[in-house]
Amino acid sequence: MLEKGAIAPDFELNATPDQKIKLKDFKGKNVILVFYPADWSPVCSDQMALYNEMLKYFNKYDAQIFGVSVDSVWCHLAFEENRKLHFPLLADFEPKGAVSKAYGVYDEELGESKRALFVIDKEGKIAWSYLSPIAVNPGADGILDALEELNKK
Amino acid sequence: MSTLKPEVNNQDHIQGDDSASVTIVEFGDYQCPYCGNAYPIMKEIEETFGHQIKFIFRHFPLANAHKFAFPAAIAAEAAGLQGKFWEMHDALYENQYRLDGELFDELAETIGLDLEQFQQDSASEEIKRKIEENFDSGVRSGVNGTPSFYVNGTKFDGGATDLYQMLKESGE
Repeated sequence: MLEKGAIAPDFELNATPDQKIKLKDFKGKNVILVFYPADWSPVCSDQMALYNEMLKYFNKYDAQIFGVSVDSVWCHLAFEENRKLHFPLLADFEPKGAVSKAYGVYDEELGESKRALFVIDKEGKIAWSYLSPIAVNPGADGILDALEELNKK
Repeated sequence: MSTLKPEVNNQDHIQGDDSASVTIVEFGDYQCPYCGNAYPIMKEIEETFGHQIKFIFRHFPLANAHKFAFPAAIAAEAAGLQGKFWEMHDALYENQYRLDGELFDELAETIGLDLEQFQQDSASEEIKRKIEENFDSGVRSGVNGTPSFYVNGTKFDGGATDLYQMLKESGE
């Protein structure tokens, strides 16, 4: 898993069937990447519901949040609509798990992303990363602490 | 290990003995079904362990997922201004199955609030701010879903039933 100080690997992933998100377009903004195993599974849903309530906090720290899993764009769309999520979910779908692998958080055995958090600074460097046990929702306090630390600089 | 931030203070709604050895803080949402399930268990904990327990409730409304969570928290706080926070708290969970926008005034009357005052207070910015501060405290304390419990300031890894079990075992 990539740690603090590493350059965040660039990626280009679909957020919707016709919208691609490129990490490098977010230079100058803090980025939160939330890798999670799958849409619809109960723990992730709680985790996403929590981040959904926290968008104004992330905004305050000039940070954009993205969820990343190996689910397809159509699955993401249905999930977002069902849970009324107001932030993009990216499909690490083809080649499967490539971005998760680049960040060192792909579970080969399950064929899913691990549950991991990254905070990337405005220059595109990883400022903080955290790997959570698969069944444990890691909350948001670690993300906020990392963003606060970046703000002090 | 996540700890409670800020600690229990005079802004909190506190039930039970000041001298209690176990302080339980719940972060909850009035529309969350898991919190609804935890409600009778928390009552049972309070009854079983009596004066050993002090119980504090902080709001953690997931407003996007639960349309009535924030308004319900407002209702509880507005009732609190008339000294009836816990009466409204109980009424909200006991009527969670029929929670909607019409329910608050009805419950306010049932528990004997001055309705006009209640409605006026429900619109106050200060109450809104207090609920947001509660949410903030939850986020800072590592709340990752509702309900989340803290026992003597440390996050408890489990639900209300686990909490009951833990208290029972530690009392034996």
